[in-house]
Amino acid sequence: MTRLRNLAWAAPAVLVFCLAAVPKPSLILATTTSTQDSGLLDLLVPMFEKKSGCVVKTIAVGSGQALALGQRGEADVLLVHSPDAEEKFMAEGWGSQRRRVMHNDFVLAGPVEDPAGVRKAKTAAEAFRKIASAGTLFFSRGDESGTHALEKKLWKAAAVEPEGGKWYQQTGLGMGQTLNVASEKKGYSLTDRGTYLSLKKNLALEVLLQGDKSLLNVYHVIEVNASKWPRVEAKGSGAFADFLVASGTQAAIKTFGVDKYGEPLFFPDAEKRPATPSGKGRTAPSRGAEK
Amino acid sequence: MELIANGVNEALRLLVSLDPEVLGITALSLEVSGVATLLSLLVGIPVGTALALCDFPGKRLLIGLVNTGMGLPPVVVGLFVTVLLWRSGPLGAFGLLYTPAAIIIAQSVLATPIVMGITVAAVQQLPKSLHQQILALGASRGQAGWMLMKEARLPILAAVMAGFGAVISEVGAAIMVGGNIKGHTRVLTTATVLETSKGNFDVAIALGLILLAFTFVINLALTQLQQRGKA
Repeated sequence: MTRLRNLAWAAPAVLVFCLAAVPKPSLILATTTSTQDSGLLDLLVPMFEKKSGCVVKTIAVGSGQALALGQRGEADVLLVHSPDAEEKFMAEGWGSQRRRVMHNDFVLAGPVEDPAGVRKAKTAAEAFRKIASAGTLFFSRGDESGTHALEKKLWKAAAVEPEGGKWYQQTGLGMGQTLNVASEKKGYSLTDRGTYLSLKKNLALEVLLQGDKSLLNVYHVIEVNASKWPRVEAKGSGAFADFLVASGTQAAIKTFGVDKYGEPLFFPDAEKRPATPSGKGRTAPSRGAEK
Repeated sequence: MELIANGVNEALRLLVSLDPEVLGITALSLEVSGVATLLSLLVGIPVGTALALCDFPGKRLLIGLVNTGMGLPPVVVGLFVTVLLWRSGPLGAFGLLYTPAAIIIAQSVLATPIVMGITVAAVQQLPKSLHQQILALGASRGQAGWMLMKEARLPILAAVMAGFGAVISEVGAAIMVGGNIKGHTRVLTTATVLETSKGNFDVAIALGLILLAFTFVINLALTQLQQRGKA
């Protein structure tokens, strides 16, 4: 039994050893699945890590969850695309600074045959109405992500209540997986262009509607307010946000994906808007997200 | 079918070319799940043996709870561990969330009841007279437990395999408490999820095959040990 007792002591020792192995200063970035699934962060994060010596831990979740993590102080910096929720987040004082980083656009993807005839629609809201009245399958993220937030807004604009409709299905998955489901089941789905392009080779879906003003997709970087949560890394998050809007990074965003997809996945935006002044707590929400 | 063939090719390519990222992910998977299994053995085997040998009121209830724990859903464990490790949570000061240590903790919680439950069954199936004989020969209760545990080593090795198999293959807890961070907490299962959502099905299949291959090799080694012990 003594041998056993020795072994039992070893257990906490092993654990302490694991804890001691925690490396370098680190920073938690909560972001949307689209920035990870498109591969953009695989380019940007190592650039920043090399420059700053700070390790970035990227947690790719929906924008809704990313904002919730920020609100709890569980993340230091957010890269998100859910303008209405972001403005609320800033107004409530959870973020110290919010800056526009880049944009691309959402597109409505669907089966080539286009059973609902959305190709003829002039606006996204009209397309959504057509899908609802034709009762063709529509796949929603259903996860409070930025894409889901916009989708709900568009249903509202279309004056349709999709919930409960047999044709309206919620995957509860990330964008990539939702597109795979839509492709497999020949349904429509609202997607950011970046994820669509990066998955296109596997999809039996085409872009059926694009270019509507309401489909603009803007990404902002938000530094979580360190005065609300003492454990938030204010310095690191500021450095990361500065890095995202710096001209070198913006140039990298501009060319990202061009070699692979023949067109850029994201368009840098940092110059378009002056950075909101950094302040304690309340900062006027930037009007980055256009109506 | 072509996709699966591509996956096999990709797996071989990644292994033969010693792709540093895949090697890192594989090493981390083995390390994290290995340490978690080890911790679960240190707790599960002695407690399981004691539980099998001691008689006390509520014993059946306790064993019932352990047996239920053998089917703990990884996502539920992941959720609880996440909440405990949050910066604002009770263990937040250690800064453990999104580290390999967090995955080890969650996986230990998953594997311990499996090891414990199988150990209880293994020790209980030994003949009752054996226990009495050992005690009659003057062994202390601790010594008797140690000897019976050795006697039950074959099924206990099965417990090791079951515990390890459960944690190396789980994804729910690893992705929640680890965050699937490239180069830090990305393990074979979470990398497979990511590659699937990126639409890189061949890479995803390759990672899955690598996982299966390593699990097979480890279980083969443990089986060798077990069957040798039998002879």
